[in-house]
Order: sequence, then structure tokens, then C-alpha cells
Amino acid sequence: MIKIDSLYKKYGENHVLKGVDLEIEQGVIAILGPNGSGKTTLNKCILGMVFPDSGNISIDNQSVLNKWDYRQKIDYLPQIANFPSNITVQELLNMIKDLRGNKTQDEKEYIELFHLSKFLNKKLSALSGGTKQKVNILLTFMFDNPIMILDEPTTGLDPVALLTLKDLIIREKNKGKIILVTSHIMDFVEGISDEIVFILEGKIYFKGSIELLKEKTNQESFEKAIANILKQNYA
Amino acid sequence: MRSLYVRYFLFLLVTLSCSVSGFAKKIQVCHDCSIISIKQAIQQAEEGDTIVVKQGTYYENEILIDKSLTLLSEDASVDGQDKGEIFIVKADDVTIDGFTIVNVGTSYIKDFAAIRIRESKNFAVRNNIIRNLFFGIYLEKSKDGIVENNKIYGKAKNEFNSGNGIQLWYSNNVIIKSNYVEKVRDGIYLEFSNYCQIEDNVSQYNVRYGLHFMFSNHDVVKNCKYIHNGAGVAIMFSKYMTMTDNLFEDNWGSAAYGVLLKEVNDTEINYNTFKGNTTAINIEGSNRVTYLHNDFIGNGWAINSNGANYHNIVNYNNFSNNSFDLVYRGPLNHNNFDSNYWSGYTGYDLNKDGIGDVPYRPIKLFSYIVNKTPESIILLRSLFIDIIDFSEKVSPIFTPDNLVDNTPITKYIKHDKDR
Amino acid sequence: MLKILKYSFYDLIRSRWSYIYLLFYLLLGIVLLFLNSDIGKAIITLMNVIIVLVPLISTIFGVMYYYDSREFTELLLALPLKRSTIFFGQYLGVALSLSMSLIIGLGIPFLFYGLLASGVIINFLLLIVTGVFLTFIFSAFSYCIGLKNENKIKGFGYSILLWLFLAIIYDGVLLTVLIVFGEYPLENITLIGTILNPIDLSRILILLRLDISALLGYTGAVFKSFFGNGVGSIISFFILLLWVVFPLFLLRKFAKRKDF
Repeated sequence: MIKIDSLYKKYGENHVLKGVDLEIEQGVIAILGPNGSGKTTLNKCILGMVFPDSGNISIDNQSVLNKWDYRQKIDYLPQIANFPSNITVQELLNMIKDLRGNKTQDEKEYIELFHLSKFLNKKLSALSGGTKQKVNILLTFMFDNPIMILDEPTTGLDPVALLTLKDLIIREKNKGKIILVTSHIMDFVEGISDEIVFILEGKIYFKGSIELLKEKTNQESFEKAIANILKQNYA
Repeated sequence: MRSLYVRYFLFLLVTLSCSVSGFAKKIQVCHDCSIISIKQAIQQAEEGDTIVVKQGTYYENEILIDKSLTLLSEDASVDGQDKGEIFIVKADDVTIDGFTIVNVGTSYIKDFAAIRIRESKNFAVRNNIIRNLFFGIYLEKSKDGIVENNKIYGKAKNEFNSGNGIQLWYSNNVIIKSNYVEKVRDGIYLEFSNYCQIEDNVSQYNVRYGLHFMFSNHDVVKNCKYIHNGAGVAIMFSKYMTMTDNLFEDNWGSAAYGVLLKEVNDTEINYNTFKGNTTAINIEGSNRVTYLHNDFIGNGWAINSNGANYHNIVNYNNFSNNSFDLVYRGPLNHNNFDSNYWSGYTGYDLNKDGIGDVPYRPIKLFSYIVNKTPESIILLRSLFIDIIDFSEKVSPIFTPDNLVDNTPITKYIKHDKDR
Repeated sequence: MLKILKYSFYDLIRSRWSYIYLLFYLLLGIVLLFLNSDIGKAIITLMNVIIVLVPLISTIFGVMYYYDSREFTELLLALPLKRSTIFFGQYLGVALSLSMSLIIGLGIPFLFYGLLASGVIINFLLLIVTGVFLTFIFSAFSYCIGLKNENKIKGFGYSILLWLFLAIIYDGVLLTVLIVFGEYPLENITLIGTILNPIDLSRILILLRLDISALLGYTGAVFKSFFGNGVGSIISFFILLLWVVFPLFLLRKFAKRKDF
């Protein structure tokens, strides 16, 4: 369980998070919002990469601020898949396994799923954006931890891979994991998420199921519901 | 039968002739002999006799030698018990050889010496070891003698209550050779002494000078070593001196020099090595001195020219890695610094004749700064200092414009040491 | 931390810049020794190089690696690793690979030249040790600069400024102070001023061996007791060690509060 209490964060004069309260039990939660609304900042706060100005974050009733070992439970897929450029995919895999202290983990299944075996001995700098993203996904899924944070997981993926990713997320969800996803692809979000958290100007504007969102905005489709929220607030 | 007589006669003749002309006899001194003191032996001896002093310690002082005698020691030591002088020679043709002489008295009025030679000639002082001394060997108005292979070990801590190892006063034509002197005031000191030859001596850890000349002319210093002295060699008010093939090393301190020249004229300083001295050569009021084929290696200041120096020649020397090669006061005064090797030279030699195509300026601006603000020495070899030195080199403001080596040698000069 | 160090180090020794750095020192060593008959002169030139270039290269290289490895750093930050572990590991990787280039690059030509027999080995070792100290100090500073500046250009700017200040401007200011206040006793100020700059301190450490005869020409009592015996060298080394610790302390502090 992740519990976030009145989280505030500003960069200089730019207030990014203005009192975020959030409680997540389990399932796939999609964090949505316009660009710059604070989605990534929220993710990074949970990961401890960004320090909130005030507020608290706890996982399984333990505050995680200024701690590091709780990240053992989290798999993170960063928004931009940039890796050290002069090592090969295999070396990267080995390194991450080594650093996580989890050397026995078997990544073969994912390598086959995303057809990565022919890239294993290529340098990361030689890979295309999509392939890099596949490696990124592979690195996130192979460890099988109870919490996953996926920041724009669909970037650069071909339709086949996108489908595979969807299946994977649903499979992991069914294991009882907490999965936080941010994405701009509404189809994708709709297909996987149990709950939507909509962030607007640093605050949680809406939290609930897609059905509830449609009801609230009087729109037929999810996509239109989101558009409606944005229009109301920016028009 | 007749031949026998002849033989006997001849024998008599030889014996007689010997005793008549005072044929030298040998007198032995030892603790079990009939003669047990050196003084006693001298009393009984006649001119030309040899006194052999056997092993043992003899507590004697003021031993006056007023006849031409040869004193040989066979492992004997003479202990003066700090009561004053020990050997005093007042006769020609005296030899003192092989004694260990200890405990010379210290006085603030009289210069007590282990061996004093007064107004004598043809003396020889050899193979003695002198410890715990005030003055070691003191030659006074004496000439044509030799001081050789003596070892003098002092314990001097400052200049005021210490004496000199070997001192010459109005003594000409003396050879001082292969002696070792340490920890006295001046290792060797010559005053008003001319035509002396100083060779193969080692003089180190002396509180003032390794070798000191005052008002002495025509002396030669050769193959000596001067290490860790206040100054290696100080020459003052002297002329026509020659110094070659000496080593001056690690003479350290705020007033420490390898060679200190003060009012010295017409002198040659060639083929010497100056290594790691605070100042290798300090020159003041000296004219027509030539410095050829010397090595200046790793000194603080290689040459410090304090002004009033005219017509000096500094050629064919190696200046290698000194903190400062040259400090100079006043105008050029016909001094010549051409044809040296300077490790700081950065010019080029396009025609490969071994002579740099660009003249070298051996003076750094920083040496002036250090002279004015001594603390700034701590900035030595800082990049900032290098930059201001460089700018001074490009357009000299402080250093004499014409003080340059016009023909700097680009390679370390190999001197002909076996010339 | 050892794991991070290992990966950073592997990463670095495979990067082109390490080789350029190594090659630079190799060339320098060869040129100094074989085109120059005078080993004493080579040592002095080397000293200038170490005092001036090692800090410059260390800061520039450190900042460059910091910015270059940002993605890697972010990857690491999401892993169950302590922050100080990550940054100290990377810092050590940089400092060690730079030090290795220095030691190998200069060591090989000197070994071939017959350093072991030449009697200047102590001077050479002193130069190398000082160079390694400076590498550690300045790459730590560069990491601090990187952590404090998101903007690459600014980061590079500050690194060069830091070097410019400590290598040149500082001494200019110190000299000006000495000349202007020449009538006052300045020994202590001079010594303290020197200690407060790691480049000056390293320079003094080397001067104590190469130019001791000149340093002893100064009459002041404080200098004399500082330079005159082994105390000066021991104190200098100790303070140099503090100079390594200080930026690491800053590095830890900055790393702890930094948002990514």
C-alpha cells in the first residue's frame, strides 16, 4: 500500500505539487494530467529521486523519505530510456542484476517476448528508440517486485510490442501488484487501468474508476471525458 | 790480516764521523721506558733526532719544540686536559706525525691551538687526529711547510666560542693537502698568506666557512670538497687566486654560499661543481674574475651579483635547474655572460650548431620580487609567477636590457675534466 | 559502492577520453625524457605539468563525466542504492581512472628511461603522489559543481573558473597582498594563504624537495621551522589529505538534497 499525505514541491517559484493526498491499495492506477502537471514529479517523489518540501510518503505504513532500501520493492520504468552508451545490452542486464543483488533472475522470457536476443551483444548507443524502450521494459519487468512505476511505457513501441506490454501489465496486475502508469495514450490507459488519478495544477482533480469519470463529465468515451476536463479548466 | 785492520779502521771512521756531525739518534717514549714524557724526550734530544712515542695516552701540554726534531707517534695520544696549547714549534725542520691530540683549552683571550708553528720553516704536520679543540693547527709567520692528511673534528655550534681547524697567519708557500675538517668555525683560514696550495681537502659542517681567505694572494685551491658549511669558500680582499675542480654542496642557510667573493680581483674560478647551495656564488666588488666551465646544479641562486663588479667573464658554465640562475644589481659593467648552458632556455637552434638562435635572459623578474619581499619565495614555480616572468622576458622593464647570453649553448656542456 | 565504482571504472576505461589522457601523459613523458638530456629538467617540467594541468584536466573531465553519466545516474537512483554510495562510487571511478592514466602514462616512459637507477625516483614518486592527490581533490570539486548546476555550460564554466582561480588568480592576489603589506610580518599569513589552496600546497610539497636550497635562503623563523625539517612535508601531506576530505563532505551534502 502506498500512502501519500499533503505532498508539496516547488522548483524555485514553480509550485509543482500543491498538497497531493493519495492512497493506493492495489491494481493498475493511471496517473493522468496535462504536461507539467506534476505526474513525473510525483513518481520521482515516490522513488526518492525528488525530495518533497513537505508531506509524507509511506509504503506499507513505513515512511520512505530519506530511505533507500524500500526501492528493493519497486520496479521503475523511466520516461526517457537513456542508458550508458558504451556498454552492450547484455552487460547492462548483468549490471542491473548485480546492482540489485539479484543475479539469478531469469530474463529469457522477456527477451523472447520482445525479440531482443539479436541485440544482446549490441551497444546501447546503436539501438533504435523503440528497441531501447523494449530493453527498458525488460529491465522493469524482469525483477517481479510488488510495486511498478511506469512512466510513459508506450513511447516508441510498435503495435505488436504495445499489445505484448498490455498483456504483461494485466498479468502482473493479476499477481496483486500495485502498478502506477502515466501515459498520454488514452486507449492504452483505458485498456489496463482500474483507477484514474487526474492531476491538475499540482492537485488531484479526480480519483476513481473510468466509469465514474465518464459519469461525472457526462461523456460517452474516456477520451472525451479527459478532453472535457481539460477544456473546462483551460477554456 | 791486513784487510782486517783496514776494515776496523773504516768502521771507526764511519762511527766517529757520524757522532761528530750529530748523526740522528732515536729516542723512545713509553709508559715503561726510561723516558715517559714527550717533554722529557725533547729535553734530552739533540737537533735532528727522532722521538718515537709509543702507544698510550700522555697528559701533557705546552710541549715546546725548539730544536729540529721529528716526532713520530706509534698510536700515541696527547691529552692537553683543556689547559691551553699542546705542541708549540719554534724551530725549523720539525715533523709532527701520527698523533691523536685531544682537549685543547678554550680561551677568549688567547687562541689556543693543538699544534702551533711559530716563525719556522720546512715543517711537516702529518697524519694527526685532533679532537675537542679550540684551534687545530695554527701556522704563524711560518713558511715552506706542509700540512697533510690530518683529521680535525670539532664540536662548534656557533661562531663565538669556536676556533678554526687550520689557520695560517702571515705564512707563505705552505701546502695544505688531503686534510679533513669538520664542525669548527672556519675549516681552513688564511690571512696574509700567499702562494699556498690547498688540495684535496674536505671541509664540512663548519659553522662559518669551509675555507676562508683574507688579504691573501696567489693561492691555489684544487680538488677540495665543501659541504654543509655556512659558506664553502669565502675570499675577501684578495687577488690572483685560482680555484679549480672543487665541489661545493648543500651549503644551506639564509647567508650560506658556495663561494663568497668580496673585493676579489684577477681570479680564476673554473671547473668547479656547485650543487644544492642556497647561493652558489655571491659576488661583491670583484673585478676581472673569470668563471669558466663550472656546473651550477639545483642551487637556490646560482650567481648573485651584488653590484660594483666589473669585467667579469662567465662563460661555458652549465646552469641546470637552479631556482634562480642569476640575480643582478646595477648596470652590466662589461660583465659577460655568453656561451653558457641554461636549462631554462626555451629558444631553438635551427642550424644545429649547438648555439641557440635566440639570446637568453638569465634574470627573472621574480628574483627582484623575492629580494624585496622575501616571503614571496613561497610562490616559486607558481604558474602566476611564470606568467609575469614570461612577460618580463618579452619586454624587459626591471632587468638590464643588455644582460643577455647572446650565444646560449643548447646542450649540457661536457667539460674536459682530464685536461 | 564497490559495484558502482567497478561499473564507473569499466565505463571510463572504455571511454575515448581516458585514452586521450593516457596518451597525452605517455607523449609528455617520452618527449620530456628522450628529447631532453637533462632528467632534472624533465622533473621540473613535469612538476609544472602536474601542478597546472592535473587540476584542470581533473575538473573538466570530472564535470564532463558527471553530465555524460546523468542517465546512468538516474537509472541507479531508482535502484535500491544509497545516494552517497552512487556518487562516491562514480567519483572514485573518475578519480581512479584519471590517476591510473597519470601513473601509467608517466610511469612507462620513466621506467624505460631507467628511472629506478637514476636516483631521482623519490622526486618522481613525490610528483606522482601529489598528482594523484590533486586528481582526487579536483574531481571531487567537479562532482560538487555538477551536482549544483543542472546547466552543462554553467558547470563547465564554473570548473574552469575554479581552476583559473586556484591555479593563477589566487597566487596573484597573494603576491599583491605580500607586496602591499610588505612592512608587516607576513610569514604566518603567507603560510596560511598557501595552505588554503590545494594547488599551492602541492607546489610547496614539491618545492620542499626540488628547491629546498632556495627556500632555506629565507630568514624568517616560522618558514625555517616549517621548511627546515621533515615537519613541513608531513604537515603538508596531512592538510592535502584534508583537502581531499573537504570536497567529499560537500559532495555528500549536495548529493543528499539534490532532486533528479
